[in-house]
Amino acid sequence: MHIEYFKLIDRILDLKPDEKTITVEATVPTQSTIFEGHFPGHPIMPGVLLIESMAQTSGWLLLALMKFERMPFLAAVKEAKMRGFVTPGEVLTVEASVIHEGSGYAMTEARVKVGGKLRSNASLTFSHFPFPNPELRGHMDAEAKRIGFPQQALLP
Amino acid sequence: MSTTFDQVATIIAETCDIPRDTITPDSHAIDDLGIDSLDFLDIAFAIDKAFGIKLPLEKWTQEVNDGKASTEQYFVLKNLCARIDELVAAKGA
Repeated sequence: MHIEYFKLIDRILDLKPDEKTITVEATVPTQSTIFEGHFPGHPIMPGVLLIESMAQTSGWLLLALMKFERMPFLAAVKEAKMRGFVTPGEVLTVEASVIHEGSGYAMTEARVKVGGKLRSNASLTFSHFPFPNPELRGHMDAEAKRIGFPQQALLP
Repeated sequence: MSTTFDQVATIIAETCDIPRDTITPDSHAIDDLGIDSLDFLDIAFAIDKAFGIKLPLEKWTQEVNDGKASTEQYFVLKNLCARIDELVAAKGA
């Protein structure tokens, strides 16, 4: 996880397009400028970044379902709950599932777990559009490679 | 059995916290009820689920943006309900 660059996902552990589910893993860094302020003497992962990790996880699932032809953007966060502290060095397992695919939008439910125990969950809404430019598409392709996106998930 | 309008009006009232009695068949979702595009996603989600359809929001938006359709055609509730009825009928055909 490279928090400062918003790279919150380390690797995809499981992606099942047929079941519309994904599981990823991310290790919270032991050192980050974020923890200098959040909080001095009591470093914890900010809740908004846990939401972002769930959004990114959902995003990879939606990218797979849309065959990388469209880019999802977070549009709404509902029922987000921070159920326990997430601290430096912990390994997060983030799961997401699509609960509805509408016209130009999708809704997901996502969970952050540590050691099998739920730390955070949220219901998320995404709008999705064709990639606005080749640069972003290229960036997502590179990120897909970095996190081990399974290319077979894109086969018909 | 409730009409399409009754179901849609109830969805809008519950989703957007709008008094049910202010919602009429002639209400324009955007201009009269003040529903924005993000709130309309929640309404579309509820309509999709309730009627087992997929409202073609992208197509409608594109038609409006291209000047090929007016917002009234899709977002005045009686017209929206007519579109829903068409989609339900097409699904069963």
